[in-house]
Amino acid sequence: MIVDTTSWLLALLGGALLGLASVALLFFNGRIAGISGITGGMLLRPQGDTLWRALFFSGLIIGGLILTFVYPEAFPAAADFNRSYPALIIAGLLVGFGTRMGSGCTSGHGICGLSRLSRRSFIATGGFMSAGALIAAIVTHVFGGTI
Amino acid sequence: MQYDTVEKKENKVAQYGAAFFVGLLFALGLGVSGMTLPSKVIGFLDFTGGAWDPALAFVMLGGVLVYAVGFRVVTKRETPIFAAKFSLPTRTDIDFRLMGGATLFGLGWGLGGFCPGPALTSVTTFAPQVLVFVTAMFTGMLLFAGADKALKR
Repeated sequence: MIVDTTSWLLALLGGALLGLASVALLFFNGRIAGISGITGGMLLRPQGDTLWRALFFSGLIIGGLILTFVYPEAFPAAADFNRSYPALIIAGLLVGFGTRMGSGCTSGHGICGLSRLSRRSFIATGGFMSAGALIAAIVTHVFGGTI
Repeated sequence: MQYDTVEKKENKVAQYGAAFFVGLLFALGLGVSGMTLPSKVIGFLDFTGGAWDPALAFVMLGGVLVYAVGFRVVTKRETPIFAAKFSLPTRTDIDFRLMGGATLFGLGWGLGGFCPGPALTSVTTFAPQVLVFVTAMFTGMLLFAGADKALKR
């Protein structure tokens, strides 16, 4: 096990910021901060309720742009990617399809749902954590860590 | 003069501004947390490899602690600040879609190391891996919408 208390504290702080942002969206707009729901709703439902999603989406992108200047360590160096393009394409398709089919991802189910003690979110979070652990272990043991 | 309370409460422009700044803060949280590092995500998910990195468990801990308290405080209000009502999920049924969707998502997450928020936050690095993943993710979302429509017909 890797024990790196600095990265634990950063993770805790980052998680708290995610919680704070999600509380703010609820407090001001009465909405759940679910990234897949917001992105999917923006892409797929042209009628109404699209503009706030597009603005959240823009904030996410511009926030990422700010990070590239003030905290570039947030992103991996080119050499740190050990996934091939075919693997990334399959992964992206699965993430897009699966989050829409399961009505949420790590934010909507994992943070908001668990906090609300939603039964559906406990099931979903257990499901995607288990499936993620399974495939990560398969890549390590069957494919030698790169795919 | 009489106003409909619902109309009086909706402040669309303010909602748009709030959504933008919340998205911005969300991206910063993701960047600080380590969720935008796919190898760290995979190192967290794979606890069998001998070098398990538990750091990202603290992301969920921090997020849930803040939201669990915040949710309870905020929903004591009648309405949100800029909207007429809270729009909260009401479903409680456990169905195949929920479990199947979560499983597919988890497989993709563990394979690529990206979930939706961190992938979108990383777009402006213009790393080709990120752009390929995000394009595939959008395609996957559209494919599900198409499949869903076809099944309902």
